[in-house]
Amino acid sequence: MFKTVKKYLQKDFSWIPHENPTHSYPSLTGKLLLRHEIPYEDEIVDQLLAQSILVKVTSIESYPWGHRCRRCGNTKSYLFAKMPHATCGQDCLYCRSCIQMGRVIECEPLFYGSSGFEWTAHEHPCHWDGDLTIHQQKAADELVSLVQKGSGEKLVWAVCGAGKTEILFPALTEALEKGKRICLATPRTDVVRELLPRLQKSFPDVNIQALYGDSPDKAGDAPFIIATTHQLLRFAHAFDVMIIDEVDAFPFHNDVSLHYASERAAKPQASTIYLTATPRKKQKRRIRSKHLPVVFIPQRFHGHPLPVPQLKLTPTLHRYLQKGELPPKILQIIVHQQQTKRQLLLFLPSIKIAEQMASYLKERNFEVQSVHAEDSQRAEKIQAFRKKEYRVLITTTILERGVTFPSVDVYVIDAGHVVFDEAALVQIAGRAGRSPDDPTGDVIFYHIGKTDEMLDAVESIRYMNKLGRKL
Amino acid sequence: MRCLICHVETIPDVTWVTFWKPSVQKKICQECEEQMDKITASFCPGCHRPGHEGVCHDCEKWEKTNPGLLERNVAAFPYNEFNKELVARWKYRGDFVVLDAYKEHLQNVWLSSFFKGRQVLSVPLSSKRLDERGFNQSEAISYALEEEPFSVFERSHSEKQSKRGRKDRMQSENPFRLLHPISDPVVIVDDIYTTGRTVRHMASLLKEQGCPSVSSFTIFR
Ligand SMILES: [Zn+2]
Ligand SMILES: [Zn+2]
Ligand SMILES: [Zn+2]
Ligand SMILES: [Zn+2]
Repeated sequence: MFKTVKKYLQKDFSWIPHENPTHSYPSLTGKLLLRHEIPYEDEIVDQLLAQSILVKVTSIESYPWGHRCRRCGNTKSYLFAKMPHATCGQDCLYCRSCIQMGRVIECEPLFYGSSGFEWTAHEHPCHWDGDLTIHQQKAADELVSLVQKGSGEKLVWAVCGAGKTEILFPALTEALEKGKRICLATPRTDVVRELLPRLQKSFPDVNIQALYGDSPDKAGDAPFIIATTHQLLRFAHAFDVMIIDEVDAFPFHNDVSLHYASERAAKPQASTIYLTATPRKKQKRRIRSKHLPVVFIPQRFHGHPLPVPQLKLTPTLHRYLQKGELPPKILQIIVHQQQTKRQLLLFLPSIKIAEQMASYLKERNFEVQSVHAEDSQRAEKIQAFRKKEYRVLITTTILERGVTFPSVDVYVIDAGHVVFDEAALVQIAGRAGRSPDDPTGDVIFYHIGKTDEMLDAVESIRYMNKLGRKL
Repeated sequence: MRCLICHVETIPDVTWVTFWKPSVQKKICQECEEQMDKITASFCPGCHRPGHEGVCHDCEKWEKTNPGLLERNVAAFPYNEFNKELVARWKYRGDFVVLDAYKEHLQNVWLSSFFKGRQVLSVPLSSKRLDERGFNQSEAISYALEEEPFSVFERSHSEKQSKRGRKDRMQSENPFRLLHPISDPVVIVDDIYTTGRTVRHMASLLKEQGCPSVSSFTIFR
């Protein structure tokens, strides 16, 4: 009984088969699939089952007090439901938590695919000929030895614009030369899309696949996978090297099922690398207590310090925002800003206010666009801004990560709003000064009263700049 | 209690009136309920199209081509964007329990439709669909109305066969076959009335075999 309780309370992956016979089906390797996700006829599936290349596992664990979905780890009773199931004639329990990826139902098994596929060892896979800075090199070396060692984890705490993708290259090279399988997981589809061409260019002969909600590639049969964290729900004991980008970001942060899936997707002996610019309190605790090895990169790749946000008290702010307007003072500053070469990134707390502000500024003849998470033209608008086809981009917090523009000033309007937590504000400030040609930029937080989050963000940026100077 | 749709915690509001009564546990939060909306006030008497005064254009057209085939359709909710998404979740993702969100109002509309007592007929699914989905949506709705559905149709497979006689377009394209005739008034229960073609396909078969009156009842219009 005690054992059962423990099994329920902790993440337990002992149900994943330990035998992994070799085979020649990359698309099944290290997968956890529903029957309809396996692109083979029953005859072939039966053969694969007989050879233990596929193994049926129970899909939903039942305990006297509850359940657990083995695909997403859900244990919340309100995310399970029963239905009269026509296929089997019984009342069956299914998981509502991961139903977006196809229904897991108790009477149907999940299929685990043996991780025994031999991935090719690449000779000199990396064609990138850039140089790493001293700090970058130091971090890169530590990651290489982590990959060599096998099991273990490391957090890379790198400021925005540290060039953390490049820091990975030596470790990726090491893994690919040894025929190891890699996954780079990130919460955002945007980032997956952006990373694919960059990595493919640097590793031109490696089969790299991008997996996200509506990605053209669905097979997941490559030795190097870039995926949104959601896609990990289909993997189990698949990867030798697991890199989790933006561990602190929504939806990864606080989403139990994504933690469950990413832990399961890695092999028991995997090297796990976390990348972040803004660790959360829990990670900081683990760092301080030396439970999580960390490597700092406090300086940007171009060597200039991070722009420190200026906090500007604007007591009348809410009164104007309610009318869909800006206080004259701020408007005046924007007018001046627009006479410089830099573009302007304007952050607002909600989609509604962002759109109001876009039309407010449009009426005043600014070249302006607003963009938000569900915007169908998001990618195009961002691309156009990058090409400098217009001058002001208004957005909500969704743009704070991963997306870079060479030369911008960044203003946050109503920075005290709850959506702007410390991590978000650090990320937002990190949009400025990204290019060596223009390594600075004005970052201004307009507020009606300083919040702890604003002060913590400023302190964290100052701290990194201090570390950077020491090096 | 969590909202069945968006999973936020729903707190039953306590007022002086509700304080003395046993509180009714709401299955959905107020915000979701508002977005689901309801068909009230004005609607087409023929098909329940919301926001329409008098008989709508579609119904007029049907009356010209196939007069009296379908007595009327009754629907409870408008097929708006929010509901479209929920239908996708319910039918295509197979989240069966989403239906419960509509149940209470659906039962009320059912009782005020005066269909109760009629023979309730379900719409068949192809066996492939049924296998994927794991339930028949039309039957699920009937059970939610606390009615026992009758399955008197089947999906006809051979399309070539139906191309022989082309006297009636309605019939030549009919994807259904009637397994046995019914001599009492019936109501066909389905999830959505869009063009009204599906129920009329079924109605034409029923009427040919002597059914006196065919109506339909759907969640959405
Ligand atoms: Zn699940
Ligand atoms: Zn079943
Ligand atoms: Zn809700
Ligand atoms: Zn009508």
